[in-house]
Formats: sequence, structure tokens, C-alpha cells
Amino acid sequence: MSKFSTLEKYVSPKGQYELLPFRFEPIAEDNVVATNYVGEFVFLKRKQLNDFVQKNLDASDETYSLLRAKHFLKESSDLASIELLGLKTRTKFSNLRNFTNLHIFVVSLRCDHSCPYCQVSRQSENKAAFDMSIATADKALQIVFRSPNPAIKIEFQGGEPLLNFDLIRHVVIKAKQINEVEKRNLEFVIATTLSLITDDILDFCKEHKIFLSSSLDGPEDLHNRNRPRPGKDSYARFVEGLKKARDKVGYQSVSALMTTTTASLTRARDIIDEYLKHDFDGIFLRHLSPYGFAIKTKTYGAYNVDHWLEFYCEGLDYILDLNKQGVYFTEYFASLLLTKMLTSKDPGFVDLMSPAGAGIAAVVFNYDGDVYASDESRMLLEMGDDTFKLGNLHTNSYEDIFTSEALLSALDDSFTMSAPMCSDCAFEPWCGAEPVFHHAIFGDVLGRKPESEFCKRIMGVIRYLLNKMQTDPEAKEIFMRWANKC
Amino acid sequence: MLTLSGRVIKRPSSSEPSGPRLYSLSTQACTPLALRGKKAFLIKEAGLVPEGFTHYFHLEGVSATIPEPEKTTHLGKEFSYLGNNDVVSITEDGRIRSIFRADSNHNSILLTEQCDNYCLMCSQPPKKIDDSWLLREAFEAIRLIPRDTKVLGFTGGEPTLYREEFIKLLEHTKNWLPNTSLHVLSNGRSFADENFAYMYSKVDHPDLMVGIPIYSADPARHDYVVQATGAFDETVRGVLNLKRFGQRVEIRVVLHKQTYRGLPELAMFIARNLLFVDQVALMGLENTGFARANIDSLWIDPIEYKDQLSEAVQILTAYGIHTSVYNHPLCLVNSDVYPSYVKSISDWKNEYANECIPCKKINECGGFFSSGIKNGYSHSLKPFV
Repeated sequence: MSKFSTLEKYVSPKGQYELLPFRFEPIAEDNVVATNYVGEFVFLKRKQLNDFVQKNLDASDETYSLLRAKHFLKESSDLASIELLGLKTRTKFSNLRNFTNLHIFVVSLRCDHSCPYCQVSRQSENKAAFDMSIATADKALQIVFRSPNPAIKIEFQGGEPLLNFDLIRHVVIKAKQINEVEKRNLEFVIATTLSLITDDILDFCKEHKIFLSSSLDGPEDLHNRNRPRPGKDSYARFVEGLKKARDKVGYQSVSALMTTTTASLTRARDIIDEYLKHDFDGIFLRHLSPYGFAIKTKTYGAYNVDHWLEFYCEGLDYILDLNKQGVYFTEYFASLLLTKMLTSKDPGFVDLMSPAGAGIAAVVFNYDGDVYASDESRMLLEMGDDTFKLGNLHTNSYEDIFTSEALLSALDDSFTMSAPMCSDCAFEPWCGAEPVFHHAIFGDVLGRKPESEFCKRIMGVIRYLLNKMQTDPEAKEIFMRWANKC
Repeated sequence: MLTLSGRVIKRPSSSEPSGPRLYSLSTQACTPLALRGKKAFLIKEAGLVPEGFTHYFHLEGVSATIPEPEKTTHLGKEFSYLGNNDVVSITEDGRIRSIFRADSNHNSILLTEQCDNYCLMCSQPPKKIDDSWLLREAFEAIRLIPRDTKVLGFTGGEPTLYREEFIKLLEHTKNWLPNTSLHVLSNGRSFADENFAYMYSKVDHPDLMVGIPIYSADPARHDYVVQATGAFDETVRGVLNLKRFGQRVEIRVVLHKQTYRGLPELAMFIARNLLFVDQVALMGLENTGFARANIDSLWIDPIEYKDQLSEAVQILTAYGIHTSVYNHPLCLVNSDVYPSYVKSISDWKNEYANECIPCKKINECGGFFSSGIKNGYSHSLKPFV
């Protein structure tokens, strides 16, 4: 008789387990994915799911071990699993405690470009009418430092913010002065096409460690078609500006974003190759937001989410191939979702947050002092809807703005853990609330989920990612790297 | 392999005080008289032996005139590795144990052989006897160990079974050796008691790490490996409490036939649940103690689990967890493991096989436990030539 017991002695008798909260979604004929509240997931066959739910799953079954380790089930003596679920939930929501990080200053609506999909820009020489004033910027800075967040990011947007660079100088210098006392982790970003960049501006960026977030839509013909400007030289100016900025401020200080238009849809590879050509190590394959001009000018708005998904998946397939060939290149939208799927962290991306990021993760100060819950909210105003206007810097206090009914009810009503259909959705832990989008399309912050292009888009991408992880171990390894980048 | 404990050849002629006695050794004939009273002289070289030391150890075969035979212990040649500033213990019945070797970075003090786990592969099989004299001896040893010592370990058995007394030992060690990096091996279960974890944290040691084993993400399998129902749950809650109080924790995984299959799942479990641990060590099996008795259910040639090892290392490092692979011959792991590969086997039990003689990478290789060389090792060794 051995003094050691066999494995069987430590395995519970059949049916001695409790279910922990989980949801599931069919992903293929006989396959479901089950997710728990903190975004861990397990692939199951239908029969395994049935056995699991009916407590017929044998404790010696590998699936049982997996479900227990991933906290889908617990035995009565498992105390650690509840503690760990609590810990992971707190981690997931820990960003909330810090409140607003991103503060967007719309320093001018004027722009040297006239992109047909742009929601807000103006072609105007009238500086006074569409530029932010020093008085307004100073009011905004007072609000910025009321945020309890130890990390503060100030992003200058437009129009073309470089058209009001004197104000940017003012804000940066003043913010740094205030920060001598506040001691926050302070960052600055300018969202610019780089078309008007000068050595002077770059010197200033270098001195104050300002990041440049620029735009590259694809190869020259596509980029210039998407972004018309006098001289039809948007692309050439971008290329020159990019080189200058990297030489002067540093490679890491310049990033690029692309906007997908109908003309882009057939050119996923060309667009990605263009990013490779310019030494970028990743791309954000964005969809076009359905606001302002984008809805009005049908030629540019005329692609639906299915077309975008096709484009996206084609792009992602190509990016995965690149990675398999040893070219480390990241798709940032996937990377954000994968962080939510594969880690216990939340990347804090405004579109994928619940409670929604609008107003509490990011806030927008418009050139005229109006305060909006998000970039999309001010675009909504261009369509005559001021639902997400939280107040005005000249007439409202910090408290007025951040406890405004417009904001709080939107956050409350759209919270995905309680929102109808979201609360049943297996992909909820990875998704976001998006009240502004749903309000824009459906007139209320919840909308009708089966018709929601937002749901369709996020669920489409998630299905693609799940399928890759289930069938392609190499892709899974790549995804794990991306998940830990955010 | 060094003989760390054994019988002496001849005890001193005079009767010494009862119980074990600890000595700090000196090989320095020129030691000032004022210090000789605190040291034992190790007669390692032929010649004149200085007077006035509190005790003498004479190594077999060294010709020397022994000044005080009644205070001299005679040792066999197997103890010729002893040197200046080493600490040894002598028991009444004529056994000597090396407690501390000054020229080694692998010093661990055994605090007890009692344990509330009963691991299948335990290299130090637990005994249910009162051995608290080991703890008392540790208190004394701490005072004798050179104060410039870089690293020191406390091991068992399960050292935390002493509870408050163990905490006192940590405080004592912090007082005497504040600059010594301290590493404790524990199964972590005691720390499931939040109050105990809190007391441990209040020692506020500047450089303390506890190494805690988790063998599987599946509680049943972990409990089986450690032969204790509910151990997984307590260990995990122990880790959580330690991290709650800001303590440094290393997760240690021994790889064998019962643990290798679930290794990627365990890596994922750590990445999702215990991302805040300070490091993870993936370790080869030491074929000694219980591992020998259970060798049929434990032994697997490391070459057969090299892919699981690679996957686990890839997962842990992708999540930014500091990961080390210990106790594996270099030729039995995939090259993607190299960045995490560490030569780690304690110097006194580290050897290489005959197959390794032509190998060009022997200096980079961690080699084997002496027990492996003696009791059987992989047939898949492939020297790099």
C-alpha cells in the first residue's frame, strides 16, 4: 500500500459544482464560445455546453478542469476563484477611478484641406470666427486640472490645429506651468495632416515632447483623392512632413491614422503596403464615422458595415501573413480588442468602454467654449443635435459639466452590463457602450442592437479573431503579443 | 556532489556542552587574538597551528601539530571543501553539518522537515518529528554568517509552520544581515491567513522574496501533486494576500509527467490571474527523495515536453512576466527558450554526464542534479559539436 494517493482521490464526484456567471454565443455549426464577466473565454462543443450546464460534466474531464481554471464553475470549497473574479473585475474597471484622461482642444475649425467626409472643418480666412481664443483656452485648462487623473493628455484637434499654432504654444507653456505644482504625467498631442508643418513648429514639439498624430489614407492617388487641398499635394506634403518630423522630433513621436472611404475598400493591401513603405510598425484600420458630411455626402458614406468587414478581414489576413514572415506589424483595432479578450486589463479606448468613455474618459472643448462628451458629439452638433453638449466653459462650472444630466443619463442608460441585448451578449466583456453613435442613428442611447452597425462591426471583428485563435496557433501567438502592447 | 553532512572521525576528548554547537571557521593563522575566541580554526594546511581558538577542526591527512587535542574535532577528506568563514554545526553524537559556505551563492538553511504538503517529487521528504532545534540553530547561525553575504535562503519542509517564530527569524535576519538578499521557499498555504501575511509584510525586509509552487491551473491536479486536498485554493489565496501587502513572490513550477501537459494552461492562468507576481521559474525534476520512489509516475524525458515548455515561456514572456527555466540541460530545450534559460543548480549538487564531454556549449549549460547523474537521466542528450 503506497503512502501516496492517486489523482482520482482529489477529483470530485460528478455534479458537485456550481455554475459561475457566463454567457455563450454560437460561432460555428457545433461550436460555441462561452465567456465569463471578466472576458475569459472557452470554446465548447454543443454537447459539452449542455453537459456543463446540466451538471453532467465529469470532474475528470479536461473541459471540466479548463472551466474550473477559467472560473466558469466552482466547487464549494473553491474560495480563490471568487476572490480572483473580484480582483479581475476591479482591475477591468480600475480606469474609472482616475476619471478623465484625454482632453481635446479644438483650437480651430479652419482647414487647408476640404475632405468630403470631414464633419467639421471650414474653409475660411476669418480667424476670429472659428479659432479658439486665449480666454477660452485658459478656462479649459482650469477644467483640465480639475480632473483627478494622475495622467493628463491634451490633444489639439481641428480643422487643422497648426492654423492656430500660437494658441497651442500658449496652452502648452501654460499647462506646463500649472503642472509644476500639479505634478501630473502630462502629455501633448497635435492631430495634424503635417501639410503646414515648419521647422519652428517642430522645434517647439521637440522642446515640449509633443506627439504628432497625422493622417495617411493609403497610396498617393487614394490619399489625394480622399484629402483634396489646393495644389492637390496632400500626400507629398505628408511624406515630406513625416520625414522632417521624424528627423527632428523622433521616430516615436509621429503616428498616422487612416480613414476608410468607399475608394479604400478594394485596396486593403495597398494601404498596408503604404504604411510599411513609410516604416510604420502598425496601422489602425478605421471605419468612417457616420456623422456630419459623412452622412450628407452619400458618395463617401455609401459603404455598409459588411463591406467594411470584408476590407478589414482582408487587411488583417495580410497583416498576419506579414507577421508570419517575420515582419512585426500590428493592427491597432484588433490589438485593442485582443487586450480585452486575452488580458485582465482594459486599454481604455473610448469606443470600447462601458460605462462609455464619453465625457468621463475623454472630453472635448470646442473652439467656442462649448464642452462635448466626445469628438462624435460635436460632430452631431453639426447636424443640429446638441444632446451631448455638456455646457460651455464661459458659463458652466466643472461640476455643472461633469454632473450634467445629459452625460450621466447617457452613461447610465447605455451601460452594457444592464443594457437590453448587451447584457445577454457573450461579447459584452470585450465591447463598449457607444451612446453617441446609437443616439445619432436611432435617437436614443441604446438603439436597436440587431440593426446596429456598431454591434455588427464589433461582433464581426470578434468572430474573425476568435476563429483565428481557434484554428491558427501561429495567429494566436501573434495576437498574444498584440494584446500586451496596449 | 559535496557531502554537506556526515560523521566526524573523532570527537574532542574533553566533554563539550550538550546539544548542537555552531562554529564559524577560520583558516587565517594571523587572526588577531581578540577574535580567536569567537572562531574555530580549520586545519587545512600542514604547519604551525595558531593557539587560542575556541575550537579546532583537523582535516584527515593534514600533518600538523595540534595545540589543544581536547578541543579538536577530526574530519574526513570529504569535508576538505570547507573554508574560511564557513559555518558548521556539530552535534553531540558526532555529526557535522555544513550550514553556510562563504564562497557559494547557493546557501540555504533548512528550518524544518515538517510540511503540510506531501509532494510526490519532494526532494526533502517531510518527517513528523519535532525538529524545532533547527530553528534555534538558524537564529544562532544568522549571527555567525558574514555580514557581507549576498544571498541566503530559508527552506524546509514548510518554514512558515513555525508561524510567529518564523516571523521572528526574518526580523532577526534583517537585524543581522540587512544587506543580504533573502529567499524563502514555502508552499504559500500559511499566507491564506491574511493576518499571517500581514505580519510577514510588517517585517519590512528590504530584499525578501518567497518562492511558492503552483503545479497546475487545475486545482485537483495541483492537490494531487502535493497530496493535500484544498492546497491549491490556499496557495493561490496566499499569493493574493502576499501581493496585497506588496510582498515579492516567485511562482515555482516543477515539470514532470504529472504537470507538463497543463503547462500552457498554467502559464495562461498566471497571466490572467497572477500577472503581478515578480517572477516565474519553470524547473526540471530533481530525482531524489520521494521523486525516486515515484519515478515511474513522474519521469518524462524533458525532450518530450520541450514544446509545452516553449509555449509556456512564450505566453509568460508575452505578458511581460519575468520567466526563468531552471534545471534543464541546454540540448533538451528549444532555442526559443534560451532567453529565459538559467544555469541554476546549486553548485554542490551540479554535474554533467559523460555524453557532455565533447559538448562545445557546456559552459552555457545548466547540466544536471548529481542525483540525476546517479539515478538516471535523459537518453536524448545531443552534445553541441
